[in-house]
Amino acid sequence: MAIKVIHPGLATTVQDLGRPGYFHLGIPEGGAMDRLSLKAANLLVGNDEGAAGLEAVFIGPKLEFTQDAMVAVTGAEMPIKVDGVEQPGWTAFAVKAGQVLTFDFLKGGARIYIAVSGGIDVPIALGSRSTYPIGALGGFHGRAIAAGDELPVGEVRKATEGKTIPEALRRRPGMPTELRVVPGLYWHRITEQAGRNFFEDEWKVAPEADRMGYRFRGGRPLDFVAREQPFGAGSDPSNIVDSCYPYGSIQVPGGTEPIILHRDAVSGGGYFMIGTVISADMDLIGQMQPHTPTRFVKVDIEAALQARKDRAALVGQIKALF
Amino acid sequence: MSKLEIRSPLPGTFYRKPSPDAPSFKSDGDAVAATDVVGLIEVMKTFHEIPAGIAGSRVTFLVDDAEPIMAGQVIAEVEA
Repeated sequence: MAIKVIHPGLATTVQDLGRPGYFHLGIPEGGAMDRLSLKAANLLVGNDEGAAGLEAVFIGPKLEFTQDAMVAVTGAEMPIKVDGVEQPGWTAFAVKAGQVLTFDFLKGGARIYIAVSGGIDVPIALGSRSTYPIGALGGFHGRAIAAGDELPVGEVRKATEGKTIPEALRRRPGMPTELRVVPGLYWHRITEQAGRNFFEDEWKVAPEADRMGYRFRGGRPLDFVAREQPFGAGSDPSNIVDSCYPYGSIQVPGGTEPIILHRDAVSGGGYFMIGTVISADMDLIGQMQPHTPTRFVKVDIEAALQARKDRAALVGQIKALF
Repeated sequence: MSKLEIRSPLPGTFYRKPSPDAPSFKSDGDAVAATDVVGLIEVMKTFHEIPAGIAGSRVTFLVDDAEPIMAGQVIAEVEA
């Protein structure tokens, strides 16, 4: 069983839930940017929640199936078609051998997740099938899929056609999108006024937003507390002595444009971090288009842990359907 | 006279020129061939060329230079 790639889309990669454990060596966690959507798609087609699927951003691929398959597409809102006939999202549908899966223009969100019963069976690299294109690691030959590729599919699992995830359990970013942030270790580097401005201002996703990080524009520049830069730090006031960059951390080079590090991020460097987006909200970033208005909402660690519990409960509700 | 539409395949920022001080790819009133580039869309640190996809005798742009654009949004109308 294989899937033939007729058109790859813009940047379609094989992703599972990532490869934690190597970030200290500079190899990012990787994996689906919207984890809940990938898990839901996998469960719909009878896979384990962490099986490998396809993540397609902004433009869907055109795929031909060489055998009958059960498929589900979750995440962004993008009309799904099999041989030209529209199929529902967040729902398992059957595809017959020789049929072609295509997508129309994106209507909302940013990334779709395509799961196939049996999962995309590329080799495991450092514990994961996720593609890290910059490191040419994992996925299909370490790169985004391309026209002519034949993606191997694992042993087909039992799945029920028409099974669907109810609307209430699908999670989408709001407009403006609110991202909850725990202020970080370097909070003291900016003035009180700058800290207030950061959370008051409306920001917008910049075109420079991808799997490594999401850049934002539109808020007021940050003012820094004056200091003599310590040995090892660069001369700009936004520079620090090199530090680890957590997943979700927000660096603000030059104090002007915040960048949230996402799943293919670098693991360290010399920019101060104003805070960290809570883990429960990281999936939402994966569904943000350029120019999406965004507010950062200040929360404490207790609120972040509660949000993590709430999100785990939501995933639990989805699992309970199966 | 029938009007056809050139739609954006992806969201991002639309540019009518290949670089800031270059002339526009196409001006209102120009004829277009299907393979002619009508603009660039910047997204994910990359500029993507947008071909007209259709041919016509007169093009009219509906999106200005450096404007945000949505997937599926009409970039220009073309008279056949």
